[in-house]
Amino acid sequence: MTQKRQGLQTISFDQSPRIISSATIAGPKEASSNLGSYIDRLVTDSMVGEQTPEKAERKLLYQACQDALAKTKLTEKDIHLFIGGDLLNQIISSSYSARDLGIPFLGIYGACSSIVEGLGIGALIVDGSYANAVLVATSSHYQASERQFRYPIELNIQHKSSNQWTVTGAAAAVVSNQGEGPRITKATFGRVLDYGIKSPNDMGAAMAPAAADTLCRHFQDTNTSPGDYDLILTGDLGSIGQKLFVRLVKEAGHTLGTKHMDVGAYIYKPEQGAGAGGSGCACSALGILGYVIKEMYQGRYHRILAIATGALFSPVSYQQGDSIAGIAHGIVIEG
Amino acid sequence: MDKAQQDQNAKYQQMVKEATPKPEHRKNIVLAFLTGGIICTIGQAVFNLFSKIEPTRMETTGTTQATMIALGAIATGLGFYDWLAEHGGMGAAIPITGFSNTVTAAAMEFKREGYILGMGAKMFVVAGPVLVYGILSSFIISFFWAVLTGTLL
Repeated sequence: MTQKRQGLQTISFDQSPRIISSATIAGPKEASSNLGSYIDRLVTDSMVGEQTPEKAERKLLYQACQDALAKTKLTEKDIHLFIGGDLLNQIISSSYSARDLGIPFLGIYGACSSIVEGLGIGALIVDGSYANAVLVATSSHYQASERQFRYPIELNIQHKSSNQWTVTGAAAAVVSNQGEGPRITKATFGRVLDYGIKSPNDMGAAMAPAAADTLCRHFQDTNTSPGDYDLILTGDLGSIGQKLFVRLVKEAGHTLGTKHMDVGAYIYKPEQGAGAGGSGCACSALGILGYVIKEMYQGRYHRILAIATGALFSPVSYQQGDSIAGIAHGIVIEG
Repeated sequence: MDKAQQDQNAKYQQMVKEATPKPEHRKNIVLAFLTGGIICTIGQAVFNLFSKIEPTRMETTGTTQATMIALGAIATGLGFYDWLAEHGGMGAAIPITGFSNTVTAAAMEFKREGYILGMGAKMFVVAGPVLVYGILSSFIISFFWAVLTGTLL
């Protein structure tokens, strides 16, 4: 049993759970972004015919789940667990999707790191033979997040250059021990780190220390270095957080160079006016289940390390003067 | 918090400061000046128009403010005001149209939770502090003004 653990924080899966199917869905801004061509289903109306952005988000999440299932021969009954997470209070997008799917549900919250937290937990469960197939999904919606975490949409706010834009979309994956697809071989669950960042406009800065910590811990635990991976993907650090991350990692003795890519910094084009880049549960999720998986099938990448980052931020704790803590989880995907 | 953690945080905050691009103050100031100026010019034009109809200055001021509030609310409803503020910054936020925007934007946003517990309860979620402290400060100032000029007694 103990050989499944490597070092302090890393788990090595010997049954090699596979991502046998994945599906992505996103809104119009994402359609014209750099990731547009990697997204399976693009919707032209970010409200997808719903009256509220909260209802729209759960519709996107549910659709992604349906699409991921449709790509397999499995039905809801064959899926033993549904692991879902999103940014909204009480993770309503996930729980309402779970209600409609009718699959036993584990709700998770890792802010924007939820997708890797979900895939990691899914891999644990499948690797331990506690389930044959697990559905993992996360979502986020720009309008729903703005109103929960920031201000009303139409308010006279001048966004700062360090602000990030919440990605509207959802992604789902089926993790199973039967079938074909890239394998999840390792997971490094991260610690919560807080370097005293207090500004909710600096989410990238709040998350960078956690991302650097998880990455360095992973290298140490697995005795690997950046050279062992075709790509090291971070979730949504954005252009400022990414700079800080690279610097922190360098101080710890690792040079990432062109091996590193941050989905948040990469996703939107400069003219799309997204400040420091994308964020939200869908940001890392579209990066991993859209970009990475598709490029793996094309044969461009064979072994990648995906680190999704989350700012554990609440408007209440922020208003009470607390600083913003960050978390980051990593998984290795090989295929 | 221990000393080592404090030092680390201070060092990190310095790193963040270096990594964050400086705000474009010059551009922001110019755009804010122009935006605020244009809104105030419209306000003056409205004032001049009403001064031909309304008999007293007080009445003209009242109708001008009401018109500017209405214009701000309409611009918000049309989705124009947040764009204006994105570029014009404080030039769009400070005039009375900006105040109108804070109320209208919140009303639009929270209407989804119903007219009573949504819109009714949360309409002043952003504008509330402006009202509270605006009224409080005007009370204090007028109190001292009244004492100093002797109009109170």
